[in-house]
Amino acid sequence: MGTLRVLPFVLLMGVSTLAQSPTYGVGRTPTAEEIRAWDISIGPTGEELPPGRGTTKEGAQVYRAKCAGCHGATGIGGTAPILKSKAGPEVELWARGRILPLRAPFATTVWDYINRAMPLNREGTLTADEVYALTAFLLNMNGVIPEDEVLDAQSLPKVKMPIGDRFASLPEWKPRTPRLKGYPY
Amino acid sequence: MASKRPDRREFLKGGAALTGGLTLGAVAPVLGQAPASPPMIKGNKDQIAYGDRSRFVTSVRIAHGGRPSPDDFGLVFHVASPLQDSVGVITPSSLHFVGTTRGSYIPEIDPREHRLLIHGMVDRPLTFTMEDLKRLPSVTRLHFMECAGNRSSRRAKTVQETHGMTSCAEWTGVLLSVLLKECGLKGGASWFVAEGSEEVKGASSMPIAKAMDDCFVAYGMNGEALRPQQGFPLRLMAPGFEGIFHTKYLRRIKVVDRYYMNYNDFGHLDQEPKVAALAYQIGPKSVITFPSGGHQLPGRGFYEISGLAWSGGGAIKKVEVSTDGGKRWNIAEIKGTAHRMAHTRFGYQWNWDGQETEIQSRCTDEIGQVQPSRAQIAKYWNKTLDQTFSVPGLDNSIQPWKVAKDGSVLNGNA
Repeated sequence: MGTLRVLPFVLLMGVSTLAQSPTYGVGRTPTAEEIRAWDISIGPTGEELPPGRGTTKEGAQVYRAKCAGCHGATGIGGTAPILKSKAGPEVELWARGRILPLRAPFATTVWDYINRAMPLNREGTLTADEVYALTAFLLNMNGVIPEDEVLDAQSLPKVKMPIGDRFASLPEWKPRTPRLKGYPY
Repeated sequence: MASKRPDRREFLKGGAALTGGLTLGAVAPVLGQAPASPPMIKGNKDQIAYGDRSRFVTSVRIAHGGRPSPDDFGLVFHVASPLQDSVGVITPSSLHFVGTTRGSYIPEIDPREHRLLIHGMVDRPLTFTMEDLKRLPSVTRLHFMECAGNRSSRRAKTVQETHGMTSCAEWTGVLLSVLLKECGLKGGASWFVAEGSEEVKGASSMPIAKAMDDCFVAYGMNGEALRPQQGFPLRLMAPGFEGIFHTKYLRRIKVVDRYYMNYNDFGHLDQEPKVAALAYQIGPKSVITFPSGGHQLPGRGFYEISGLAWSGGGAIKKVEVSTDGGKRWNIAEIKGTAHRMAHTRFGYQWNWDGQETEIQSRCTDEIGQVQPSRAQIAKYWNKTLDQTFSVPGLDNSIQPWKVAKDGSVLNGNA
């Protein structure tokens, strides 16, 4: 009897405090380790970066062994996309080609892409140290960091990329609105 | 009863042989006599299990943009759909265009092993098996998809070459909003990253507003499971957004508070805010598929001009056709229901007088966006309209087809 009388009150409480509770109860809760293992997204803050370190010198060795075959010995002239601008810093950055380790707004994007996608058809075989070293090598090759800079989880997100803030950020997207305000097409 | 069946089969076989003889002999039927039957196809187990089309129907996809696909290594690049032969609005799964962010092998995923992980700025990260997803409330929707590189060029001869990197299918799956509510979005969640399982594990940043509006994770396509080329067993649908956002082999969704600048996002990076703004939602676009480049009209007289219209902004509201090079525009008939972010078939009744002319189509969508000509786009961007002019964002310009006196149809942009 007592339970029945308080039930409506409990239900009301439930609606207000558990509005965010699951509706269907389908799916499994992954462990923190599972998430860490799956999460290869490295955002601009670098908070997901794993431990490890690497330098330009170490990167040069890894590059010769695992990258030069497709990207060319100097980052130019291979069958894969070029990794070094043919033009020097006297040319405006946006005119120097779409080269990831030069134009990327964040060094984390370079690290993330090498880690998830390289080398072609042998993805996932590079160690974290190798990815740090290759990132250092490619950034140094494009004049972004000095040869003696050590890249790790702390220093990588702090690398100042030459583009600075000279790239467009995206406008807020809203459903049922034109893709560009004032653009009739 | 059972004993009679073989007799009937023997009879049919005999009939087919007889008919073949008649056809070869070209014996004209006598007045009042039933016409000869066509040759018969002998049934086999494969036709029973998974049917074939007629051997007289030879419409096929082609490698897009001059790059062989598959290449010598078996990598699939871009593959274009034969729009010149299309009817209605559904692209058969076998003919749906294929795009890969980089030449890619097609992952062979055992659906029993596949998992979707949703994590990041959520109260409860969750992993879903394919079985889990099929238990949840489903949606079935018609949606087009289009590759950002679907661009008419001077060299292109057919509509497959100018526009073949778009297709439309019926997709079935679970709304992403349902999954995200199940996980509980945290305050400040403003973007999400969708990631596939192919070698590059292609990842794109998208606004959370899109996720909550109409994105869904699809396991079904045209009444059956997704094809491997379309992301089996699971892909993201981001209706009306450029093709690359429709992440195939979807394995992970991470809810975040900023644009993550993944490699795919880097591909969209631009200096000019107005150009960058065009990088998501596809503008209003249409094309005449019949008659189109490479078709040959047998002579003057009646033709129903037929084509497709679509927009990332919503449903198609109006389609117009010009048969005099864009001087006069006439309202075309929209066939059936115009669905949001779906190919919409239109028709226009035309009597060709046998003179050289140019035919074009343009569309208007439900939010009032109008498909422009190349000249209008050049004017807006303050650029000179010459052969080097490239339409910013996805090219949604009007496609002109030239009809020559001899009935041949040519690319009007050539």
